[in-house]
Amino acid sequence: MQILPCPYCGPRSDAEFHYVGDADKPRPSRDCSDEQWVQYLLMRRNARGAARELWVHRSGCGRWLVLVRDTVNHEVQAAEPMNR
Amino acid sequence: MNSSLRRLVEGGEIDRSRKLEFSFDGLSLFGYEGDTIASALLAADIPVLARSFKYHRPRGLLGAHHEEPNVILDLQLGTRHDPNARATVEPLRDGMRLASIHAKGTARRDKLAIVDYFERFIPAGFYYKTFMWPNWHLYEPAIRRMTGLGRVDATRHMQSAPHHHLSVDLCIVGAGAAGLAAAQAGVRSGRSVLLVEQRTRLGGALLWHEATIADSHGARWAESVAESISAAGAKLLMRTTAVGLYDHNAVVLHERDGDAGRIWQIRARQIVLATGVIERPLLFGDNDLPGVMLADSSLEYLRRYAVLAGQRIVFATGNDTTYAAARAYAAVGASCIIVDSRRNSSAMEAARAAGLEVIVGERVERALGGQRIRGARLSSGMTLSADLLAVSGGWTPLIHLYCHARGRARWDPQRGALLPGEARPGLRVVGSANGARSLSEALAEGAEAGGGNAADAPACADLPFDWGGAPDTRMASRRYRVWVDLQHDVTAKDIALAVRENFRAVEHLKRYTTLGMASDQGRTSNVNGLALLAVHTGKSIADSGVTTFRPPFLPVPLAAITGARRGELQAPLRRLAIESVHREEGAELRGYGDTLRPAAYGPVADSMLRECTAARTGCVILDASTLGKIEVLGPDAPALLDFVFYTRMSTLLPGRLRYGLALTESGAIFDDGVVLRAAPERFVISCSSSHVTAMVAHLEAWREDRFDLARVYVHDTTPRWSTLAISGPDSQRVLAQLDPDIDLDDAAFPHMSARVGSIFGYDARIARVSFTGERCYEVSVAASHAEEIWRRTRAAGAIPLGVEALSALRCEKGFILVGVETDGETMPHDIGMGRARETRTDSYVGDRSLQTPAARGTGRRQLVGIAADGDTVLPVGAHALHRDAGRRRSIGWISSSHWGVGVGRPVALAMIEDGASRHGESLEFEHFGTLHRGTLVAPCFYDPSGARLHVRP
Repeated sequence: MQILPCPYCGPRSDAEFHYVGDADKPRPSRDCSDEQWVQYLLMRRNARGAARELWVHRSGCGRWLVLVRDTVNHEVQAAEPMNR
Repeated sequence: MNSSLRRLVEGGEIDRSRKLEFSFDGLSLFGYEGDTIASALLAADIPVLARSFKYHRPRGLLGAHHEEPNVILDLQLGTRHDPNARATVEPLRDGMRLASIHAKGTARRDKLAIVDYFERFIPAGFYYKTFMWPNWHLYEPAIRRMTGLGRVDATRHMQSAPHHHLSVDLCIVGAGAAGLAAAQAGVRSGRSVLLVEQRTRLGGALLWHEATIADSHGARWAESVAESISAAGAKLLMRTTAVGLYDHNAVVLHERDGDAGRIWQIRARQIVLATGVIERPLLFGDNDLPGVMLADSSLEYLRRYAVLAGQRIVFATGNDTTYAAARAYAAVGASCIIVDSRRNSSAMEAARAAGLEVIVGERVERALGGQRIRGARLSSGMTLSADLLAVSGGWTPLIHLYCHARGRARWDPQRGALLPGEARPGLRVVGSANGARSLSEALAEGAEAGGGNAADAPACADLPFDWGGAPDTRMASRRYRVWVDLQHDVTAKDIALAVRENFRAVEHLKRYTTLGMASDQGRTSNVNGLALLAVHTGKSIADSGVTTFRPPFLPVPLAAITGARRGELQAPLRRLAIESVHREEGAELRGYGDTLRPAAYGPVADSMLRECTAARTGCVILDASTLGKIEVLGPDAPALLDFVFYTRMSTLLPGRLRYGLALTESGAIFDDGVVLRAAPERFVISCSSSHVTAMVAHLEAWREDRFDLARVYVHDTTPRWSTLAISGPDSQRVLAQLDPDIDLDDAAFPHMSARVGSIFGYDARIARVSFTGERCYEVSVAASHAEEIWRRTRAAGAIPLGVEALSALRCEKGFILVGVETDGETMPHDIGMGRARETRTDSYVGDRSLQTPAARGTGRRQLVGIAADGDTVLPVGAHALHRDAGRRRSIGWISSSHWGVGVGRPVALAMIEDGASRHGESLEFEHFGTLHRGTLVAPCFYDPSGARLHVRP
C-alpha cells in the first residue's frame, strides 16, 4: 500500500507498478566470464536499508524508473527516469 | 421467558416502543431496538451462550464489545448467514435466528461437554505429542470436527460492497473523548477529517461513565461535537473498525454495513489513534464460568442497554475505576460487595461513606458454580454468594495499529500496561491508549494531535482514570484451573508447562500454547499471559518482550476483502471487436489467455475435423485480431530490434516479413512472432496473442536502457486493428473477390511479404504469412470495418476456422506455441534455431546465456515430433520414460497432440532430452498409469518442403 512517485505521472498507488530489480547493474559485454555473467543475471544486492531499485509503471505510463527507497521502512527518497 | 427482571424500566439507548423478536438455540426471545444480540441475551437471563473451543466448557459473556472472547454465534436473517457473528457487536434485528456454534446440540446441553473431564490428558501441545503415530492425518478429521468455530455454508455467498477509497488530512480512529477532541481541533484548523468509530454511537466510554465536558453530560457533549464537525464537513464512519495500518499512512477500515460489510482504503496525512483501553480479567480458579464479567462491561450493559448483568454482585478489583460500576449498580438496587486486593484508596473511603460494603486486602481465589456462578471463595476462605462476579485486572491500551506501523510497545510498570514507545512518523497515539491518567489529559492530548493547542481542549470536570497496576498473579495457583485465554482455552497450567518444556520466548510460548492466536488475538489474555510467563521465567515483562501484532485487528469476512472483485470483475475478459458475428456463426467461445475467442464453430469435437479439412482443401477465415501489432519507429528502430530479437531484423527489406524469436537475458525464449518492415524506419511486430503487454514492456525496457529516446519509439496499435486470416489453397481466389487494389500475383506479392492498399475502399494491410502451412493472407483493417470484411469473405466462400482447429493445423506443421512447447528453460537451439547463436557477433538480449556450459551441454530437452504407434492420439502431458536398471525416469513430455488431417494420422510435438539427435528411436510414454508408444521424428509432419504455400486449386 505504498505511494510511489512516478517521475512522469506523480504520486501513484504501488499497485500500478511492477518491481524489476536492482538499478545500476551494467550489462557486461559478451566476452565476460561465466562468473561475471551470473553476477549480472542472477545475483541481487538484497540491501537492508537504502536501495536503488528499478521499477516499471506498468499500469500507468509504461515508463521505467529508478526509485531510491529504504527497504526497511519503505520511505522513498527520490525517483528518477531510468534513462536520463 | 420473562426478560423484564433484568431490564430497567427506563434509561439506556434502547427504544422500548420497538420490540424485536428473535430466537437463540430454539428459544423464542425478544429485545428492543438499540440492543446488541449480547445485551438482549443478557436481559433474557440465559447464562450459557457458548461452549469453549477445546474443553467444551460452558461460557457466557465476559465483555460488552470487541473484547468479547466467548460469544460467537451462527446468525441467520433472511438470506443473510454469518457463521461467526459476534454477539456483542452485532445489533439485534427482528427475526434473527441465532444458534450456538461448536456445541454438539445446544450451548446449554452440549454432548461434547464430557471432553472437559479429560482435561488433564489434553494440555497445551497434546496433539503434537499424542497424535504423531502413525500419522497425524489419521486423527485430523475427527479433531477438526470437535474444535473450531462456526461452520461455513459453501452454497452461500456473503453480500459485499465494492471498496471505497478516501484521502484525508486527518484520520482519527476512535470517537471517545480524546478522538472527539482531536476531530474538533482538526476541523477548526481547516483540515479534512475522517472520524472512525466501531460502536453504533460516538462517545466511547463517555456513553457509560459519568463525565461533564463543556458543562454538559459527556454523552451529550459527544453528540454536539458530532453535529458541529459533520456540519463543518468532517466525515463520520460508525460501526467501522480500523483493521490495519500499512505503508505510507494507509489505513484499512471495515464498515459493518449489511452482510459482509465494506472495506475502506484511507490515505491520511496524519493518523490519530484514540483507540482507548480494554479491561483485563483477573486470574483465579474457574474464572471462565458464565457470570464472570469484566466490571466495566457490566457498567456498559447497565448504562447503554439498561440491563442488569447481575443482582447480587461481587466486584473484584485492584483499582479505583471499578468503583464507578459498583456505585452505579448499587444505585439501581443491586446488592454489591467490593473485594479489593489493596489495603486503602480514596475510592474505597468514598464507597464506604456511600454505604457500599468493601472487603480490603483480599482476592477471589475461585469462582463457585456450574453452568452459572453461585458465588466466590476469597483468599481468606470466606465465601460470598453472587450471580455476577465483576472483575477488573487492570487495563490494556489498544495499540495494535501503532504496532502495525512498526511501533514497539514498552512496558510501563506503574500502569501495568504496554504503552506506545517511540513516535512513528505521521502517527499520534492519544488518550488512554497513550496512558492518559485523566479525562482532562485525554482531551488535551486529543486537541493537540488534531492540530490545536492543549489549552484549547474543552473544559471538563476532572475524572481521574486509575490504571491499577501489573496483572495480579497471586491467585493463579496450580490447585485450580485458571483461564488465561478464554477463546483458545489456554490455562495458567499450560503456560507453566510450556516454560517447563523450554518454550520460554514469547513467540514460542504463543505458538506452543496458542495463547493469543484466536480470532480475538488475545485482546483480554496477552498481558496476563506475559505476566505468568514472567513469574515462571523470573524475567520481567519488559525483558521478555511481546508478540507481534499483525493486521487485521478483527476478523474481516473474506467476502468484504473480495469486494466487487468476482468473476469478470476479478479477471476481466478481452473481447474481439466482432464477437457478436462469431456468436451468430455458432461459435463456441472460450478464454485464451485473457481473450474470449471462438474455439470452434459448433461443438468443438464435431467441428474440428470439418474446419481442418476446409483449411487444407478450400478456404477458411480466422479472426486473428489478437495477434500483436506493435509499431517500432525511428532511425534507431533497426538497432533496437536487432538488440531485442535473436533473429536479426535490420537486414530485412522494406515490405518483407521475417519470423523471429525474442529471448530473455537468461537465454530462454520470451516470445516469437513475425516482424514486418513496413518502411525503412518503421517495423510492425506481430507477436503471440497473449504476450502483447509483456512484449511492449520488454521493448520499452531495452529502449530506455540503452537507446536515445528521441530516435526510437514503441507504440502498441493492437486493439485498433482487426486481423482476419484468409487461408487455404483457394484463398487467393477468395481475396481477389474482395476488390483489393493490390496485385495478388505471386511474383508481385510473394510469401513473407506485405502490401498496403485497400479492399472495398477501406485501408488495409495484407501480409502473406502462414500458421496453417497453406497459402494465407492476413488482412488487417480498422476494427470498425471488420464485420463487413468478415461477411463478404464468408459470402465469397470462406469457412470460419476456430482456435482449436488452428492449433491442430500448426501442430501438424511443427510450429511451436511459446509457453506450450517452450518453458523458462527452452533456448532457440532447443527448437532447431541454433544458427544465429553461432553466427551473430553483435550484442542481443540473452546472448551470453546461450554460451554457458549449461546452454552448450547435452541432456537439454529439444523439440521433436512423435509419431504414435497406431491411430490413437497421444495424451498431452504424457511423460517419456527412460528405464535404467529397473528405475524409471521422465526424459520429457508431450506438449501438443492432435489428429493430423493433412497426413491422416495422429501428430504430436514433444520436448525430449537430446531429442533432435534421436529421431527414429521408439519411446514409451506414460500418462496416469497408461502406457503408449511412439517414435521420435522431425517436428514437421506435413509438407516439409513448404510447397503447399504456393498451391492453388
